[in-house]
Order: sequence, then C-alpha cells, then structure tokens
Amino acid sequence: MLVVVCVKQVPDTTQVQIDPVTNTLIREGVPFIVNPYDTHAVEQALRFKDRFGCRVAAISMGPPNAEATLRKALAQGVDRAVLLSDRTFGGADTLATSKVLAAAIEKLAQEEEVGVVICGKQTIDGDTAQVGPGIATRLNFSQLTLVDRVDELDLSGKKIRVSRKLEGRHEHVEAPLPVLLTVVRELNRPRYPTVAMRLESADAQVEVWDNKVLQLDVNTIGLKGSPTWVSRIFSPERAKGEMLGDGVHDPEGAAQLLIDKMLEKDLLAL
Amino acid sequence: MTPQTVIFTTLLVASLLFFCWSVYRRFSLVFYGQPEERLDQPARRLSEMFLYAFAQLRVLRKPFGLNHFVIFWSFVILALANGEFLVNGVFPSVSLALLPEGVHRVLLLAFDVVSLLTLFAIAFSFIRRVVVKPPYLDSLYVKGRSPEAFLILSFIALLMLAYFGMHGALAALGVENDPAAMPISSLVGGWLAPHQSLIGTVYSVSWWLHALVLFAFICFLPHSKHMHILTAIPNCYFGALTWPATQPREKFEKGAVYGVGSVERFTWKDLFDSFSCTECGRCQAACPATNTGKALNPRQIVHAIKTNLLENSHALREGRSGTLPLIGDEGEGTNTEEAIWSCTTCGACIEACPVLIEQMPKIVKMRRHLVETESRFPEELLNLFENMEQRSNPWGIAPGERAKWVSTLPVKPFVAGETEYLLYVGCAGSFDSRAKQVTVALATVLNAAGVSWGILGKDEKCCGDSLRRLGNEYLFEKMALENVELFRERGVTKVITLCPHCLTTLKNDYRQYGLELEVVHQSELIAELVRSGRIKLDRKDDSMGRIAYHDPCYLGRHNDIFDAPRTLVQAATGTAVVEAERHGRNSFCCGAGGGRMWMEEFTGERVNHARVDELLAQKPDTICVACPYCMTMVEDGLKDKGAGQVRVRDVVEVLAEGLLRKNA
Ligand SMILES: Cc1cc2nc3c(=O)[nH]c(=O)nc-3n(C[C@H](O)[C@H](O)[C@H](O)COP(=O)(O)OP(=O)(O)OC[C@H]3O[C@@H](n4cnc5c(N)ncnc54)[C@H](O)[C@@H]3O)c2cc1C
Ligand code: SF4
Ligand code: SF4
Repeated sequence: MLVVVCVKQVPDTTQVQIDPVTNTLIREGVPFIVNPYDTHAVEQALRFKDRFGCRVAAISMGPPNAEATLRKALAQGVDRAVLLSDRTFGGADTLATSKVLAAAIEKLAQEEEVGVVICGKQTIDGDTAQVGPGIATRLNFSQLTLVDRVDELDLSGKKIRVSRKLEGRHEHVEAPLPVLLTVVRELNRPRYPTVAMRLESADAQVEVWDNKVLQLDVNTIGLKGSPTWVSRIFSPERAKGEMLGDGVHDPEGAAQLLIDKMLEKDLLAL
Repeated sequence: MTPQTVIFTTLLVASLLFFCWSVYRRFSLVFYGQPEERLDQPARRLSEMFLYAFAQLRVLRKPFGLNHFVIFWSFVILALANGEFLVNGVFPSVSLALLPEGVHRVLLLAFDVVSLLTLFAIAFSFIRRVVVKPPYLDSLYVKGRSPEAFLILSFIALLMLAYFGMHGALAALGVENDPAAMPISSLVGGWLAPHQSLIGTVYSVSWWLHALVLFAFICFLPHSKHMHILTAIPNCYFGALTWPATQPREKFEKGAVYGVGSVERFTWKDLFDSFSCTECGRCQAACPATNTGKALNPRQIVHAIKTNLLENSHALREGRSGTLPLIGDEGEGTNTEEAIWSCTTCGACIEACPVLIEQMPKIVKMRRHLVETESRFPEELLNLFENMEQRSNPWGIAPGERAKWVSTLPVKPFVAGETEYLLYVGCAGSFDSRAKQVTVALATVLNAAGVSWGILGKDEKCCGDSLRRLGNEYLFEKMALENVELFRERGVTKVITLCPHCLTTLKNDYRQYGLELEVVHQSELIAELVRSGRIKLDRKDDSMGRIAYHDPCYLGRHNDIFDAPRTLVQAATGTAVVEAERHGRNSFCCGAGGGRMWMEEFTGERVNHARVDELLAQKPDTICVACPYCMTMVEDGLKDKGAGQVRVRDVVEVLAEGLLRKNA
C-alpha cells in the first residue's frame, strides 16, 4: 500500500509583507519553508511506514524551487518525491490545485494502490483548508479533517479510526479506506532528520511531472481553470504604538504611566 | 640461596608478571579508541607534565591537596627504598650501601623522615574520610569510604610501619649501618632494645609484612582507582595544549559516523582519561549541574566510560561492539540522556581536574551522536534547530528585524576600508529586548570614544554557538561556512562582539575554517579605550551602589577575560566590584551555556537560583554581567527570589550611564 503526503512550499510568513502599491505579497528575498502543518502530515505517513512497512510518496505542486520542500521530506524518510511543476499549473486556486494533485495521486495509484492520503489542515499562506477536501472529493475517498490522533489503521479490515479536534470537543470517527486525512499540529512531533538521511536525500531523485505526464485539459488547471480571483489583498491598518516610560531603569514610573493610560482609555476601572 | 630468598623471588616474579599482564590487559584497551594527535610539541608537553604531575599545581589549589603532595613525593622518594628492598630480597648482597657514603646517608635520612611524613599524611586521609567526610568524595558508584580506599590507605600505612619495624629492629641489634642518619628508626630501636628476645621476631615479621604488602600493592594497583599512579603523569603529558573551549570539526560524508554512541568511538585519549581519574570529586564539586541536583556528574561520565570499556572489553577484543550501552538507562557503565543534556559546557570540571582530564568535550561528543545519528534530543530543541536553520536566530524572529535596535541611533553599515571594526551584534543583542538596551549602550560608548565601527544589519547571521555545544554539528557547520564566506566577502578583519558566545565562536571555532579574525569582546575594547584616555570619566558615578560581578563562563574560563570588565566598573564607579564566593576561574555558571538557555530545567534547583543566591550573599545593590544570557538568567533568578530591587547591568551600561550623567 502507498501512503501519499501532500506538502506545499510556503513563504515564511513571519517575513512576508504586502506591497502597498500592487497589493500583492512581496516574495522577493523571502525564504520559503515547508507548510508547518504538512511536516506533521509527513511524520504521520512515516509512522505508518515504520509500523506497517508501507511505502510513502510525497507530492508537491509548485515552481521548480519547491524541490527543496520535497528534499526535506526525503531527508525525513519518504521513499519517493514527485514535484508537479508546469507553467500551465501556475496561478491555480484551490479548485485547480486539487485537480492537479488528485491527478497525480491517481497516476501513482496506477503503480501501487493508494490507501491513505495525508494533507495538512491548511496552509499558512493561502489559509483556505480547501485543498485536502477537494482532493478527497475528486478521488471519491473518505474524508477525515482536523485529525489530532490516529487510533487505529486496520489494513486487512480496510478501515481507520481517528480523533478529530473540533472547537471545544473531540470526535472519534471511523472510515473505510481509501481515506484522506488533514492533520493538525497536536497529532505528533515531526522527526528531525539524521545527518545520514540528509546526505542521502541530497542526491536522491526528485521526479518532476509536468502536464505532458498528467495530460490534463489546460482549461481546467492553472489560472485558466481557476474560477476564484484575488481582487485585493492588504494588511489591516494597525496604529503604531509608542514607547512610554523606561521599564528597566524606572519600572515603578513605567507601571504608573501604564495604569494612567489604561484608566484614561477606560480599559481599567478603579 | 636461602629458602627465604627463594620464596621472596618466586612471589616477586609472580606479582610482577601479574602486574604486567594486568597493565597490558587494561591499557591495550585504550588502542580501541579513535586516533587523536597528542604527541606534538614534546617540550611544551614535558613542561606541562612537570607543572601538573610533579609540581602538582592543580592538586595544590585545594588546601588538602598539600596532603596529596606529601604522599606523592614520599612515593617518589620511597620508590628508591622499595626498589632497594626488592632487589635486596633477591640478591642479598646488593643494596644502596654500595653507594658513596655521603649519598647513602642523605638517602637514609630522607627515607626515614619521608616515611614518618607519609604516616601522618595517611592519618589525615583517614580522618578526612571518616570524620570530615567532604560530600564530593562520594559519587553514585564510588564512595569516599569504600573498602578499596581504606585498603589502599592501610597498605601504605603498613608499609611505613613495617619499614620502621625493620630498621628499628636492626638499630636495636646494633647492626644498622648508619643509625645516626635514621633518627626515627633509631627511636623505634630505642623502644625495642629492652625486649631483646622479641627483636628477631619483630624484624622478620616486619620484613615479611613489608614484602607481602608490597606484592599485594603491585598486584592490586592496576585494578583500583590507584591506577592513576601509573596514568596521571602520562595523562598530564598528553593533556590539551590549548584550552578545550571549542569542539573539533566533523567530516560529513556518506557512511561516516557522527559523535560517540559507543565507547570505542571515543579517542584513545578519552579512554586514557578514564583510566587516569583519581575519583577526587573536584569536578563534581565544581559542576553547576551536580550542585543543583541534576542527573549529571562529570566524574561519573568519566567513570562510566572506564566501566563501559572494561565491561565491553571482551567484545572489543573480538572485534564486536560491546553489549553494555554507553548511553541508556542509569548504570555504572552507562550515561543517561538526561545527564548528557544537563551540561552547560561551563568548563568548571576541566578547570578543576588535577590530572587534566577533559570531561565536557566527552559530553558534547555524545550529544553529537544523539542529535546527528539518533535524532534524539529534548523536545524544546526541535524549535531551536528549526529556527536556526530557517531564520538564523534562536527565537525564530524574522531576520529582517535584526537591525531594528538601530532605530534610535545613527548607525553605519560596515564597509571594508572605511570602517575599522565590525560590530557583530549577535542574536540576543539584536532581538532580545533587554539585550538591545545593552547594544544601544555599547553603540553610545563606541561613538563617544570615536571608534570607527559598522554593522552588517539584516545580513548578519547567527554565529551558531548553541548548535555546536548542543552537538548539532551539521547545522553549525552550515552556518559557520556561511558566516566565514560573508566575513571574507565583506573584508571583515576586526570584530567587536557584545556576547561572549559570539566571541568564542568567531575567535576559537571559526579558526577551524581558516578564518583568522581579530575578535574583541566589548569589555576588552572599552577597558582599553579607558586606559588610553579615549574615554574620559572625570566624575565617578556612584549611583550603582555596591556592585557584584558575575564572570560569564564563556568570557572568563573559556576566553581568559577576567580583568577588563572589572577595570571598567572600577573606572566608571571609582570602586572595585565585590566578589562572589566563586569567581574568576572558579566562577559558577548562570545555567544558560551549552544550549541550556533554550531548554527547560525540570530537575532539582535552578542553576540561576543557586548562582543568584551566591551573588546576593555579597549584599549588592547592582549585579554586573557581561553576557546577554547571564543577563537573562540573573534577572530571572532575582525575580524568582523576590530580590527585584537589585539591578542587573551589563558592564558597558555602567560606563554608558556614567558618560550620560557626565554629559547631562
Ligand atoms: C481566492 C484565491 C486565489 C488565489 N490566486 C492565486 C494566484 O493567482 N496565484 C497563486 O500563485 N496562488 C493563488 N492562490 C493561492 C493558491 O490557490 C493556494 O495557495 C493553493 O490553491 C492552495 O490553497 P491553500 O494554500 O489555501 O491550501 P490549503 O487548502 O489551506 O491546504 C491544505 C493542504 O493541502 C495541501 N496542499 C495545498 N496546496 C498544495 C500544493 N500546491 N502542493 C501540494 N499540496 C498542497 C497541503 O497538504 C496543505 O496543508 C489563491 C488562493 C485563493 C484562496
Ligand atoms: S562543563 Fe560545567 S556543567 Fe558540564 S559537566 Fe563540566 S562542570 Fe558540569
Ligand atoms: S575527573 Fe578529574 S576532577 Fe573529576 S574526579 Fe576524576 S580526577 Fe577528580
């Protein structure tokens, strides 16, 4: 059985700024990281591998430099990495993204039966949490979102039991395989690659699949296949704070000042 | 040949054979270790050996060390007497009496006096172990009052008593060659003289006692902690010629093994160290981890290596790896992961060891194994490692914010040829709100003195100190290479650091990458500016009250900077700092070194609490530090102890405040 993890390369959001003129993200010089939720997805896939000996493939749709993201997954121990990269995939919204990813999973399934697909709960840049469910729907897989614990994977009975983390409660659910999971951070602690695995992954093969491989109708993917458009993107205005007092040299004075301010703004009642 | 000679000779030969066999069995194990260069510079090594093994400089640092000094030198002198005894037992015609009379007399006198001194020294040792009982004599598996310890002490005492028995009897019989040269033996002879019938028996009993104890000693020596009698002297010869503040590089290639996960992965010198430990307990008495109830005891680290090596010796000889794990559950020959992660790399153990054992580097080697091969480390470190790799700072703050502290000041970028010094601000000085104030103070002082300096701004990267001490050498190397490249590209040659950890990394660690920088800690540079009159402080600022100074390990012990911060405070305030009980070379860590800054402290007392208590004992109004980590630890400690009225200042802040007052 093959487990497929979807990983996305995202800009390090602590460093992203929005260009006030063009209203787009300034990606210039911003380092990319693996979408944090996806590292937990990779870890879960590797735990299935450790436990059941199944193989793990990581896939990512993105520009050629997204290869680094896949290399990291290889260093952690996935067996195969496929980068879905083609000009025609560019500018995709969640609908078009899930279409490409689903097609890639189907292609992988031609070689080996796919039992589980794992995605992050959402990304830290797009933040929609739609891609996972989109893939599941297209592939007609069971869909378990917000998974924070896997209780049992029963390969012979072809079912899975998990706990889902919802607002203020947990839900214990069971679903037949094949299944798509989207996972939250509480699920596990991602492993740190050993040096041997890093060196190993440095020259491991990352396969690149373009649309010649997937053979999708170009009108259904990328910008052309995306019914949603971003009309404007902006940072909410936030009044810049000012420094008052000197908390180090005169902590009492600073505290007094703070209390006065809070009283003045009616944030504190005497 | 008399029957006595036959028996004596047989026993002697047997003992010597057993001794040689034991020594061979044990020391041949050392060769299972990895190679390490410790044979270079023989002249320097000889002088180290003279200073530490023969003059016993380290031993004498503690008052009771004098006792050991006496025993050691008595041993050396009496080796001659015992040698004579052994040769004479086999060849009764050969003795020291064959030497010129003058020489022989001096020797006899020396033997007599030294034997008595040894008796006293042994008595003191007994008293120390039975009555005084210093706690550091006991470790988990080796007790100060163990049968072994008393057996050896008794052996030595019996040898001395037997010596006086023999020579007293000879004197009483009037057959001693030169009784005038042997005052104590003559005295014993005087006591025996009235009991003529007993003298013969006393002589033979003493002679046989002397012989048997000597044989037992020879046989027992290589199997006891007194093996250090054989190993300590060479260990001082093989000691590190430069202070081991840094760790060696690793070679990253496929199939390589990283760090030490089993005993034979240590170098031969590490293994030899373990055979040289005297179990004196000085390292454990100095260790901040041991002192605050952590699982770590540097002495036990060394002891575990020896125990593990001996336990696994059979397997090693057969070319297999041993079955007793080096890292694992608590055991005499096994180090726990908790112990390995408790080290602050403060170096107090290395400083304390009388026989120049290097304990801390062994701990870092095991960390390397855990991180690089096993990927097993405390949970908190995952974040640290990711932050370092992705954002080049421990907090994971956006690198773009590195130069934000500058906002209040005009600061120039470093340009080779135009600016003299690069101010390497470091992560704390750039991101930590309290340390940023120190950076501003430093900038103010540098400007006041007209120093030409600049920064790399948002191009500056983390130096990687914590990574290296935590054993993440792979990532450290990556960052070191980037920095070395950056410094070369920008033409940096002279660097001022705010933080002693940056100092040590740029100065000592990057040298391994072929980068020779002139790196100064801010306190050194400013002390020099004050001395040369480029900073003038006509009015002394006494607003800080009584100032206690805490020596940061990475400034003091690891980089020998003790005076500069003190001079600085003195110059600014007109008064000398008050010293904590442990200061200077023997300073006690704040608890943040070795990457401990980024880890939780679950066991025992907090190291910073212990340190703050010690500093508070001096009743200071202000505690001065010279390291951003120490700043955090001392401030937190004071808060926890409810001593928030005591201020914490970096030494440069004291000076900056003095300057501001002057200008105001
Ligand atoms: C309205 C709208 C318009 C957009 N327009 C553009 C545009 O014009 N140009 C542009 O570049 N981007 C655009 N994007 C961003 C892009 O569509 C999304 O980033 C992408 O579809 C994934 O959605 P998400 O980031 O919200 O993922 P989520 O649905 O939050 O992601 C959930 C999980 O799906 C998986 N996943 C998501 N994306 C990928 C991927 N690419 N490869 C592998 N696995 C993945 C991961 O496991 C992830 O954790 C737009 C987004 C929106 C919402
Ligand atoms: S370096 Fe410091 S903390 Fe580590 S073992 Fe030695 S004395 Fe203890
Ligand atoms: S390692 Fe050194 S200081 Fe520590 S107990 Fe052994 S001899 Fe003493």
